[in-house]
Amino acid sequence: MADLMPDMIAGAKFKYVLRLADDQLILGQRLGEWCGHAPTLEEDLALANIGLDLLGQARSLFTYAGEVEGEGRSEDDLAFLRQERDYFNALLMEQPNGDFAVTIVRQLFHAAFMVPFWSAMTGSSDKTLAAVAAKSLKEVEYHLRHCSEWIIRLGDGTEESHVRTQAALDELWGYASELFEMDEVADEMLVTGVGVDAAALKDDWDATVDAVLARATLNRPEDSWSQTGGRSGQHSEHMGHILSDLQYMQRTYPGLSW
Amino acid sequence: MYSQGLIGADGTTHEDEEFLTAFQARIDAELKIEPNDPMPAGYRKTLVRQIAQHAHSEIVGMLPEGNWITRAPTLRRKAALLAKVQDEGGHGLYLYSAAETLGVSREELVDQLLSGKAKYSSIFNYPTQTWADIGTIGWLVDGAAIMNQIPLCRCSFGPYARAMIRVCKEESFHQRQGYEIMLTLCRGSDEQKAMAQDALNRWWWPSLMMFGPHDAESTHSDQSMAWKIKRFTNDELRQKFIDATVPQAEFLGLTVPDPELKWNEDKGGYDHGEIDWNEFWSVVKGNGICNRARLKARRMAHDDNAWVREAALAYAEKASVRETAVAAQ
Amino acid sequence: MTEKNTPLWEVFIRARNGLSHKHAGSLHAVDAEMALQAARDVYTRRGEGQSVWVVRSSDIVASDPTEKEVMFEPTGSKIYRHPTFYDIPDDVGHM
Repeated sequence: MADLMPDMIAGAKFKYVLRLADDQLILGQRLGEWCGHAPTLEEDLALANIGLDLLGQARSLFTYAGEVEGEGRSEDDLAFLRQERDYFNALLMEQPNGDFAVTIVRQLFHAAFMVPFWSAMTGSSDKTLAAVAAKSLKEVEYHLRHCSEWIIRLGDGTEESHVRTQAALDELWGYASELFEMDEVADEMLVTGVGVDAAALKDDWDATVDAVLARATLNRPEDSWSQTGGRSGQHSEHMGHILSDLQYMQRTYPGLSW
Repeated sequence: MYSQGLIGADGTTHEDEEFLTAFQARIDAELKIEPNDPMPAGYRKTLVRQIAQHAHSEIVGMLPEGNWITRAPTLRRKAALLAKVQDEGGHGLYLYSAAETLGVSREELVDQLLSGKAKYSSIFNYPTQTWADIGTIGWLVDGAAIMNQIPLCRCSFGPYARAMIRVCKEESFHQRQGYEIMLTLCRGSDEQKAMAQDALNRWWWPSLMMFGPHDAESTHSDQSMAWKIKRFTNDELRQKFIDATVPQAEFLGLTVPDPELKWNEDKGGYDHGEIDWNEFWSVVKGNGICNRARLKARRMAHDDNAWVREAALAYAEKASVRETAVAAQ
Repeated sequence: MTEKNTPLWEVFIRARNGLSHKHAGSLHAVDAEMALQAARDVYTRRGEGQSVWVVRSSDIVASDPTEKEVMFEPTGSKIYRHPTFYDIPDDVGHM
């Protein structure tokens, strides 16, 4: 029993890091779709910057997940060569870009969560995760600032932008709760001092989002529904299409270097 | 990336001889012209047109490469490609800003592109079919762009020259990332080599077309040269590009798809076959494979997001009214 | 239809402490906050900046180039403002 423990912990840690990596990869992939199609040239560059931050975080996390697993899998093996059921991103990340309001609301939900998450993770007993957290925290703090300012302008802009942004909030609201879920893997990571108590970040998230919505003259939707499944590999119909793009080259030409 | 040798610029100008001679003397003394300086109307018009075409090319150029961001084969390649396409957007932005110093607004310039009135580099009307196209664009198209853009850093118009210095600095990684992709393919499997050769076959001639029509057919080129908007002719730049690129293709083990390509000892450069000018003009006139799709994509980005720009403006107006009200109290 | 113009801003960047802010370029933004963010996103993608200023282009007061001679030529004759105007024997050493 005693010598099973380290393996189990390693297994939980692998899954924990992988989830985190998948969140950033899939959201980064979505942002990549905007490149060349944004509302202004300035915003095109801003969205790409956020996407590049997330891709960079994903790369560090995949590389580390591979090390934790210890089976010689590289960042690309992990990013590209899994079946859909083995991707563990929250469903929020895979939701389609929609209009600009949907994209910005999705990003706000993510950033408002990741800021306290990375902030707590800087105190992780795991040195690698603590270092990734310190770097990522600065990045998501900017994402939060950028998205908040946009939400305020869209909410308190024109009648059309207000309606669209409220609709985006209503559309995505039920996906936020998954971010705060704790399960066996997350509990184990919390107990061992590696991970973060995601459930405890909810108040922080609420306060951030509420403040932005108030300034944006938008209504906080009712907590009447919530979606879950991503953390156990149960995805929406969108995921398969993301993967057909993401994995296209690796699946079409297996085993080659690019 | 660069717009092809300027199409359709008209440097006709109507100032008196004394004014034009004084202006030419400043140009000849290599003094830069700044936005508020007196300048011939033709000089202004030529510059607005050239800088705008250049900017439009950067913006439309985001589309063929952007087509592969979600499908890049590794995370390293994905990050590099996203950063590169983002750079093209930045370069478009710098260039629009340079054009704006001459009294035309960003909105007007964008309208000219979307209405189909303005030209942009025809190279972007070809499709990116395979991953090797991303390597080839970096290598050839950015390579051709560098040939064009380095002399533009010494352009007589200050804001254009300054924008080009920033662009050239940033673009130094673009051609290298493209060539690195090609190297990886050419050192890879037979299938990858074939993919690389196929891409070169499709992009070689369009890349040569980027330099524009032959000097003899290039209207108003002389005036642009005299005003030092341009420093080399289309044919000179094309020759430099071929001479630099052929050895790079040989290093990759790829065959340049021109049976007439031959080293000419006497001129110290390569002789090459004739460009298909019918194809060139057909694409310039809007009939390339992707002309319509490119403009449609740009129009959609603009029209579908108009509400975002309107919202931001409306908010700024409200906020400034509120601020004034607070200040008044 | 040409839509309403978004204001133009000039961007100044301090590359590192000890240097002054230098003009980097321009951009469009509806207000100061968006201009500041855009300046960061557009002009500091390669670690070029430690500090950014944005100024509405329309708020810049510029001298008139046609008055260049009146404005700037008179100083050309004040050669006594330059160190080379004064004769000091070489024996004195560097001064």
